[in-house]
Amino acid sequence: MVQSSVIDIRDLRFAWDDGPALLDIPHFTVGPGERLFLRGPSGSGKSTLLGLIAGVLEPQAGTIDVLGHDMTALGGPKRDALRADRLGVIFQMFNLVPYLSLVQNVTLPCRFSARRRAAVSQVGGALAEAERLLARLGLTGEGLLRRPVSDLSVGQQQRVAVARALIGGPDIVIADEPTSALDADARDRFIELLNEEAGQTGAALLFVSHDASLASHFDRSVDLMTLNKAGVNA
Amino acid sequence: MTGILGLAWRSLMNRRGSALLTILAVALSVALFLGVDKARHGARAGFDNTISGTDLIVGAPTGQINLLLYSVFRLGNATAEISWDTYEAIDGRDDIAWTIPVSLGDSHRGFRVLGTNDSYFEHYKHGEGQALKLAEGRRFSDIYEAVIGAGVARELGYGLGSEIVLTHGLGAGGLTDHDEKPFVVTGILAPTGTPVDRTIHIPLEGVTAIHVGWESGTRNPMADTITDEMIRSFDLTPKTVTAVFVGLERRGTLLSTQRALNTRAGEPLLAIIPGIALGELWQVTGIVERALIAVSVFVIAVGLVSVLTSILTSLKERRREMSILRATGARPGHIFFLMVAEAGLLGFLGAVAGVILVQLGLLVAAPILSSAYGVSVGGLGISAIDGWAVLAVTGAALLIGAIPAVLATRRSLADGLTVKL
Repeated sequence: MVQSSVIDIRDLRFAWDDGPALLDIPHFTVGPGERLFLRGPSGSGKSTLLGLIAGVLEPQAGTIDVLGHDMTALGGPKRDALRADRLGVIFQMFNLVPYLSLVQNVTLPCRFSARRRAAVSQVGGALAEAERLLARLGLTGEGLLRRPVSDLSVGQQQRVAVARALIGGPDIVIADEPTSALDADARDRFIELLNEEAGQTGAALLFVSHDASLASHFDRSVDLMTLNKAGVNA
Repeated sequence: MTGILGLAWRSLMNRRGSALLTILAVALSVALFLGVDKARHGARAGFDNTISGTDLIVGAPTGQINLLLYSVFRLGNATAEISWDTYEAIDGRDDIAWTIPVSLGDSHRGFRVLGTNDSYFEHYKHGEGQALKLAEGRRFSDIYEAVIGAGVARELGYGLGSEIVLTHGLGAGGLTDHDEKPFVVTGILAPTGTPVDRTIHIPLEGVTAIHVGWESGTRNPMADTITDEMIRSFDLTPKTVTAVFVGLERRGTLLSTQRALNTRAGEPLLAIIPGIALGELWQVTGIVERALIAVSVFVIAVGLVSVLTSILTSLKERRREMSILRATGARPGHIFFLMVAEAGLLGFLGAVAGVILVQLGLLVAAPILSSAYGVSVGGLGISAIDGWAVLAVTGAALLIGAIPAVLATRRSLADGLTVKL
């Protein structure tokens, strides 16, 4: 059965502790393989929404269906397992674990997910797959791969994060302002690469940014301000 | 979980400066503890091995530890002696199989001189009842002959035929030398790992002979005029001996013989059972040992606190790392295990380094201890206590690691995917 959506949110309400409602989303979906741009100014709850989808936060009300699993009904360990197996996450910056090598950073999800380990072992193992992904993202050469990750440029770090998000073929990649630290040129190339690679693996891409000018790179664009019925910053 | 252990290892390597300091703190604390323990066991084993097969030691009344220390371990001095008549009375008892009379008081270049007779070579036993063995030469047969311990021969470079000038008392030599009467080395004993190695053995008659003209305690100006022939013509039977080692006919009479000697009419005596006197000695030193062990346990606790400090101070700068791990699929349990594993690794590496430190220390100290005190510290290699120390310290570090682990886990749950930096 082909699912009509990989993410399906209904009547979601979330507030930090006892604060006012930050998110109130009646309905939000992402289709399989869809490349969706979610726009919202800073403080609008974008990152919180991603945390809810990734299953590290729990809403007060509503359902979050991710790949056929209702995250609100799953226990913590099951949500963690789902994220480990089928979600790739890219942050705004500081994406890498400082004490791991470039390749070890890329293979990090394979440490936590048997499913991804199995997936990469079918294509020659985690190391080979990591190097293949890095090569596709333009990161090659013994010298570069041996460098401490803190020596990499921000653009390079973000590309390593893309490789890590994609290793083992996740169904969804969520990217939280991954380009805000890049200049315009690098940003466009980065988004093209991300789109291309996500397309290769067939993963849906949920790209979040405050910068509306990026919307043209994506299949569909949604504004969180119109999606979210809660009074923003209220 | 092996994947997490690898992460913990790399994380420590990434902070290897502070990690090494922490490991060093743990290593030093563990080394102190093990060092105290090994010194305690080494001292006990060394002392316990020194005398064996001797049922009683008899001397002039003093403390039983004191008698044991000066007669067997050549530590301290006798304050009084027992007369030769009394010695003969002891030797003549029916319940006594053999006796070794010993006379102490002179020295040679810092080594004690012990006057005795053939009985010493036949009956004195050490370790598990091993008799003394001559490595070279023969026993003394003339009054001016000496049999030296292995340590004396090695340190002073003496061989058979070397001449030894004895010193009155225990001084460094000089004015009080018995230089007119040198002794000739006729035998060298095999090493025993006991104070025997550091002793020069001469006949009782030799002790008497060198003291002719010294009756007042210093050299009589007329002493030089006494010729060797004159001395040999004297009755050289000693007037006193310092102590007597006694072997019984039947061990069953041990307590009654001891009581008989202690309550004997005439010259007062003190008869001690070496094992019991040693036990009393260990009771005295036991208080100090326990205090030292207690102190070293506290030092280990301090070492473990440094593990805690090192991890706690790293937590804040690692929040980002935790959220990356969470985002890539780490469960809270993984975060917990990562922190605990880091603490455990620090504890384990520190404890192992401590064990190695102590073994290296023993390697350096063993020859020094053996030559200075004749105490062998063999058998102090890796033993069960080392294993237990490593296990206990690692276990305690794992437990302590739970504190930062709980903090990091809670924080990573609250932070979600994004840390507000």
